[in-house]
Amino acid sequence: MNYRGPQRVRIDEKPEPKILHPQDAIVRVTRSCICGSDLHLYNGNVPDTRVGMTFGHEFIGEVIEIGSEIQKLKVGDMVIVPFNIACGKCHFCKQGLFGNCHESNSQATAVGGIFGYSHTAGGYDGGQAEYVRVPYADVGPTVIPPGMDPDDAVLLTDVVPTGYQAAEMGGIQKGDTVVIFGAGPIGIMAARCSWLFGAGRVIVIDKVEYRLEFVRNYASCEAYNYEEMDDPVVFVKKTTDWMGADVVIDAVGAEATGNVMQTITGRKLLLQAGSATAAHWAVNSVKKGGIVSIVGIYGPTDNLFPLGNVVNKGLTIRANQASVKRLLPRLIDHVQNGILNPKALITHRVPLEDVADAYHIFSEKLDNCIKPVLIPPSAR
Amino acid sequence: MENKTPKDYSHIKGWGIDADPKNDPTYPMKHRTDAEQEGYSWERPTQQDINIEVLHSIERPNVTAVFGTSEPPSGLSGMIRRYAFKHSENSYLHWLPLLMADRVNVVEGVIDDFAKGTVPNIFAEKGWKADWEHNRSGLIQKVGVLALVTTAAVLLLTRKKD
Repeated sequence: MNYRGPQRVRIDEKPEPKILHPQDAIVRVTRSCICGSDLHLYNGNVPDTRVGMTFGHEFIGEVIEIGSEIQKLKVGDMVIVPFNIACGKCHFCKQGLFGNCHESNSQATAVGGIFGYSHTAGGYDGGQAEYVRVPYADVGPTVIPPGMDPDDAVLLTDVVPTGYQAAEMGGIQKGDTVVIFGAGPIGIMAARCSWLFGAGRVIVIDKVEYRLEFVRNYASCEAYNYEEMDDPVVFVKKTTDWMGADVVIDAVGAEATGNVMQTITGRKLLLQAGSATAAHWAVNSVKKGGIVSIVGIYGPTDNLFPLGNVVNKGLTIRANQASVKRLLPRLIDHVQNGILNPKALITHRVPLEDVADAYHIFSEKLDNCIKPVLIPPSAR
Repeated sequence: MENKTPKDYSHIKGWGIDADPKNDPTYPMKHRTDAEQEGYSWERPTQQDINIEVLHSIERPNVTAVFGTSEPPSGLSGMIRRYAFKHSENSYLHWLPLLMADRVNVVEGVIDDFAKGTVPNIFAEKGWKADWEHNRSGLIQKVGVLALVTTAAVLLLTRKKD
């Protein structure tokens, strides 16, 4: 996959990646997803997204070569590769903040390295390819347990941990009402995981009818279309005895629709770091003293955001990139025990060569697309 | 005036009497180690050979132990990116030039394609084949609008002056 400019991608030949560091591995990709956050890159909204880069931070594959300092992995291992690139040694990794590694991203201090996610996240080519260089291969990659479906495994690289951490950061207590803005793969998984923390009521709000229908069935939750409401914040207040939800999760990020001013200034004119509609709604629809959990991705500059209401309502905001490595053992158990069924989210299996069509289908929500997976020729 | 951080807090009346280790909103995402109090140091991983140009944030002293090697800065966009990296992540003079460099880089990409004898298939790159399969009426509408705008532009530009 080769980025050529906003809404333009194609397949190109590139030299095969090489070991550049003793803790590198080279992985032959067998499954690679397109993530909702890839659309921020695809639409040209993330600064320092260079033409020629290969995207893709959700992938699994086979280890075909290892560096001299690699001790845990061996050639032939099939691995889940977390989207975070983490050294395991720095101050932040030691605290379990594997999404905030300080030894993997030279270009920006606000985020650790991420595969295929612009130079603002380190300038690493990603997994929408046949082969990938995986740095710190003894830290992040985890061998796929025997018998695990590769379609489940590939969603453990990002979707499941991010959805789970969204619910975890909500600090959900038994009986809490949780509202989730966004019925994309992350919102769907956050809704499902909210029950694991003891939520009493889970409400998902979006505008795409087929996704609302899906999440209603998949996560056994309520799902509503904000286009059928006068005001989603008033709707949430009304349905919670005029108090607001205990926890609200922003699972949308920069591509949000629903507010014309946010859309124009955030998505069309790039005067802010994406449209902050979902974050805005989250702050205004959570109850006083409530918790807002943000996993939607925004750019690195500024957003129009009701900070005054955060103060006046006494809110706690928790946000981060998911710490995949920290969560993987628990989430692998949940998948193996049948508590979580990630692969049900996959609606499209597309040959890697058709990556441009896959991006367009996902971006425009055509053909009832929820999650597309790219499959390279060697894995078909 | 010299600023000093005390090492011994015994002279500060009430120091720490209301400290509550459970008051930590970062739990359980962060395993607090209190390593901060020992100073920030760790055994750095082996440094990857820096044999390409790696721009690094001025909010850190060095290049990270590993780094991506995709598309080092080059051409006019590279010059703009080098300028951007003279400013901190806290500054619009960092981010806005980077966005501008991205747009310049798109034009460079097209020129590069032509220089290599390749004509970029913009329609394929934009995934219009998927539109044909799943959103035919939308595609027809899009092509219609494009044709109208192009026709209007051509007419406007070729109009004879009175």
